[in-house]
This record gives sequence, structure tokens and C-alpha cells, in this order.
Amino acid sequence: MKMKFKKLAIAKPEDLIFGRAPYPVKTKRGLTIGGDIVYPELNFTMPQIEVSPNTQNKIVQHYKDIVDDALKRAVELHSNGLVLELETVIEMTKYPQIGIEIVKVMNDVCEEYFHKDGLKTEIRLTPNDLREFDRPPKQRSSAYLPVMLELFEEGAKNGGDLLSIESTGGKEISDDALMMCNIKQFIFSQAVLGVRDMEFLWTKLKKISDRTGTILGGDTACGFGNTAMVLSEKKYIPKVFAAVARIATVVRTLVAIEKGASGPDKDCGYEGPFLKAITGIPISMEGKTAACAHLSPLGNIASACADLWSNESVQNIKLLAGMAPTVYLEQLEYDCRLMNKAIENGKDQVLTLQSLMVESDAPLDPQAIILDPFNVVKISEEIVKGKNYIEATVNGTLKGLDIIESASKNNYLSLSDMEKPWIDSLRNDILSISNDEQQLVEDILPTLDQSKILIEEYGL
Amino acid sequence: MEGIIESIKKCIEFGKIDENSPFPPDMKGEKGADELTAEALENGITPGEILNQGLIKGMEIVGQKFSEHKIFVPQMLMSAKAMDRAMSHMKIYFNDGSLTRKGTFVMGTVFGDLHDIGKNLVTMMIEGNGWEVVDLGVDVSSETFIQKINEHPNCIVGLSALLTTTMVNMEKVVNAIKGCSPDTKIIIGGAPVNEEFSIKIGADAYSPDPQGAVKYLEKMVA
Repeated sequence: MKMKFKKLAIAKPEDLIFGRAPYPVKTKRGLTIGGDIVYPELNFTMPQIEVSPNTQNKIVQHYKDIVDDALKRAVELHSNGLVLELETVIEMTKYPQIGIEIVKVMNDVCEEYFHKDGLKTEIRLTPNDLREFDRPPKQRSSAYLPVMLELFEEGAKNGGDLLSIESTGGKEISDDALMMCNIKQFIFSQAVLGVRDMEFLWTKLKKISDRTGTILGGDTACGFGNTAMVLSEKKYIPKVFAAVARIATVVRTLVAIEKGASGPDKDCGYEGPFLKAITGIPISMEGKTAACAHLSPLGNIASACADLWSNESVQNIKLLAGMAPTVYLEQLEYDCRLMNKAIENGKDQVLTLQSLMVESDAPLDPQAIILDPFNVVKISEEIVKGKNYIEATVNGTLKGLDIIESASKNNYLSLSDMEKPWIDSLRNDILSISNDEQQLVEDILPTLDQSKILIEEYGL
Repeated sequence: MEGIIESIKKCIEFGKIDENSPFPPDMKGEKGADELTAEALENGITPGEILNQGLIKGMEIVGQKFSEHKIFVPQMLMSAKAMDRAMSHMKIYFNDGSLTRKGTFVMGTVFGDLHDIGKNLVTMMIEGNGWEVVDLGVDVSSETFIQKINEHPNCIVGLSALLTTTMVNMEKVVNAIKGCSPDTKIIIGGAPVNEEFSIKIGADAYSPDPQGAVKYLEKMVA
């Protein structure tokens, strides 16, 4: 299968900056995402509570209170506007009436603040991918698929203006591949299974967005790249592997844009900077202000070219200052205020602030160094040279390894002795990957636990 | 004889499965856990000696190195594979009763939750330490746990969850298990849970990592 994007939308690293995307996204309540401004994206989840139709009223009240409290503070902080993400948990999608009711209530509060205070807000609706509940997953024939799509459609009609998902195509293979640091299987899971599933799913989501007049935000390889990052933070797998895995996730997420997503791409996709360089869409990113959800080595550099700045997720619990989502909104607002002041003062100040974000993280971790805008552009150039998704992934990951190796040899990047041997080992494995999809399928399938995958669910 | 046991231990420690396996590179062409275990049995070394002095000791070293962040999971998995291969020669002795496991550990991710990486690590390390492991997978109902407990009396149960909205299901599983089988010990783990939560829901233990689970089980059979 051929890739649509053949050249970069942002070819110069100095143009890959926060707050500005070649193709800004305008929302119905007046946000211009990527239009020389960075907005917060606030995400939140429940404290310990059962989610079921029996507890629906309690759950909905939680969300109403969260949004009301956060927007009240946003007004007090003179916010330029913000995005609120509703990322559903399993039961909210399985019983879509719960998810739909939450969106509706959130939207009512947003409307109230829009009319009362002029506060611009939009809701990103992110149903969780229920299909993985079937084991092995039935990506195309799952009984959960229509239920999930119902939440997309009805949620969109009730105020979910930006549609996103963390889709799971290939996850039945990638989890084990990550644990074994098997880069060949991991690339197969992304560039073959992931790409095929994205084409299937995002064709359906495009139709929903067309019918409902909503914006297709984008996907995220959270379940792949971020799983690798978290495993490497726990020292379970090498950071070098996690960095290469991140690059390998780019093409599957790119398919959403090929199918019609216009951004903002979703926050937990650290592949976002590559998508922005390749396609020019605005992206959401998360870093230091997402430590409430997961640790990362990317706290500052993650904001280097963000258009939305997110906290990933925080439980609705009471902290000293107030409820956690409101507290995190305030942190995001101040981060955005700083970036927006730099934008207001001109590009020199943007690049100065960006260089501090980059230089404070890049020398400390291979996962950070690949997100240096200079390296993002170099890697993205290699990705778009690929004749198909596999070759694109091979090109990108090899370039990433070269960058990591060179930085290590120049003593710019600190790599432990345990990490260094993985560079050659990964390079050799990647070089042995066939760029022909059919051949790669034939090579990889016999190495997989056949009980875990239904290959026909990927159209293979 | 001691030499061959030491060699088996080394194969487990470094994940050398058999003569043909390319890992680890510096043991290329050498006999692996597979050949050496068969050889040891042929030479009259008792299965118990091979198991306790070779295989389990080797895995203990692996667990220690992992705890000290001296190896990554893939290396530990290679050790587990080497252990599995060696254990294939020992099955007959388990079947005839001349070898016994330390006990049975029944583990699953509770219903509503699909996360299994943490669970898989725990089961791998516990199996490597000489336990029979019954891995129930993910999204496991209370009924399935109870059914397996009935099939494996005296087993210890492990529950895993990764979400704040599914950790509440742990309490339901614990209540169901304790209602049917009050003496069954239950250990819990997962990102959102802690010792306090474990006590609150009536579980017997909490572990933040796989190594802690191994230590708890060892304590139970000490």
C-alpha cells in the first residue's frame, strides 16, 4: 500500500514550532488551533468508582462538576480558550448512552460559559477502542464495533466536536514484541496491521464526521509508543528501543490524516511532531504537566511544537488547591501563557524558548533527542521517501538509530553501557525486514503465537 | 557432576536455550539448557538437584539482576524460555510425583480490564521460581477465579488491574473469592492500587512489582 504524503509540509526545522501549523483548525466556538496560539487541552477521569448504567447519574454529575469548576477558573485566568477531552472508559462506550449523556452535559456547560463569559471551548470525544475486548481481537467483525461507532455518531451530535481514538490495531502482537524487544514484529504490528486497521476504521470515522459536521482530530499510538516509553521508564526495556518504537508508530497514525483527519492530533501521541512535519496539521502534546498520568523523559521537549498542551489525564480528586482537574488546568494555562507571550513577541523569542525546551531534555534520553525539531524533520524526510508504509518505517527507524548513535559518539547524548549494544542489534534486525508486505507477512506470521491473532480481521 | 549443574545454571542465567540458539552471542555454539538437562538426567543426576540447584538457582540470579536493573525484560524472557525448555525434560518426574512444585499460583487481570503486560511479567517470574502458574488472562470474572480455585485447592491468587475504574472490580473479586474460600490468599498489583487499598478490600497482600510477588509467595511456603 502506498503512502499519500510524499513531501514535508514543514521542511525547515525552524518552522516546526509551537502554536503554528500550516493548516490550522477552526472550531465552532471559535478556537483556531495551530493559528499562532497554544491552548490547553484538559483531560480528566474518575476517581475510584464503578461505572455502569446504575451509577450513570453520579458519573455524569462528576463530569458536570469537573467542567464547571475548570471553566470557572479558566475565566478567572483570562484563558484564550481550551479543549476538554472526554476519553471514555470501557463501560461508557459499552453502554454508549452513558458516554453520550456525559458529552451532552459537558457541552451544556461549555455553551453556558461561551455565552456568559465568551470562553471558547471545544470537546474532544475519544471513545476507547472496544474491539480489543474480543480475544483474539476482531478488528472488523467485532460486535463491539457498532456500539463504539454509535458513541462516535451520537456523541458528535451532542457536542463532541473533535473526534479521536486510540485505536488498537496490531496491539495483540505489539505487546509481546515490546517485551521481547522484537523490532521486526513490532514494525509488522504497526506498518502492516496498524496501517490496515487504521484504513478500515478511519474510513468509517470520516463518514461519521461528514454526517455530523464535526472535525476528525486524529489517532494516537499511545498503546504502542507510550507503552514502550513507560516500560523503558521502569527499566524493563532499553530506551533506545522505545525511541525506535516511537518512530515506528508514525505511519499507522499518519493513515488517519490520509483518510481525512485534519487535527488536532491527540495528546498522548508523541508521534505528533512527525505528523505535523509531514502533513502540516496541528497537534496536541503532553509533557511535564502530564506527570499526573505517567512519567516520561520528555517533559519540556514535548511542547516544542505543540498546538494544544495537555495533561493526559488526572483523577477527579481533591488536592490542597482544589479539585485536581482545575489545578491541572491552571498549570496548563500558565504554560500556554508563556508560549503565547513568546509568539506575541516574535519568532526569535519562539525559537529561543523552543531551544530551551529542546536542550533541557534532548541530551538526556534517546526518546527525547528524536523529538528535537531538527531531528523530527530529518526522520520525517526519510519516512516520506518510503514507497510504502513498511519502507517508510524502515527508513525512519534507521535514521533515528543513526541520530542516536551519532549523538552518543559525540558525547551529546548520554547512553548507558547496557543501552549501546542495542543500536547495532536493532539496525541489523531492521535491515533484514522485507519492504514487500506479502513477504513480510510470510516472514513474520510463523514467528507469532497464532492463537493471538485473526489475520483475516486485517483483510489479509 | 557439579560442573554440569553449574553449566545449566549459567544457561538459565544468560538465556541459552539450546545449542542452535544464537542468544547470547558469546555462548554461540555451546550446549544450552535443553541439551545439558538431558545430559544431566542421563548421567544420573536427580531431577530434584537439577531443578533446585540448576534451574531455580539460575532464575534467582536472573530475578536479582532484574531487580538491580542490570538486565532488561527480553533477557529475562530468554532465561524463562531456557527454563521452559529444560523443564520439558522434567515433566515426567512431575507427573509421577517424584518432583513437586512449590505450589500453584492462579493469576488474572480482573474483569473490565484488558491490560496484561504487568501480569505476564509476574507470572513469568513466579513460574521461574518453581511454581505452577495458571494464567487466566485478562477480563477475568469472579466466577472464573472461583472455578480455578476449586480446581487448585490451596492455590494463591494474584489479581491485576491498571485503571481507577477497574480497580473497584478487584474488591468484587476478592469478596467473591473470600466468600467461597476464606483461606485462599490473594495478592494484588497494578498502577492504581497500593497497600492501603489492598487492606481496604480484604486482600492479603500488595506488591508494587513482580519481585515483591515472588517474595510474598516464598514467604507463604517457607
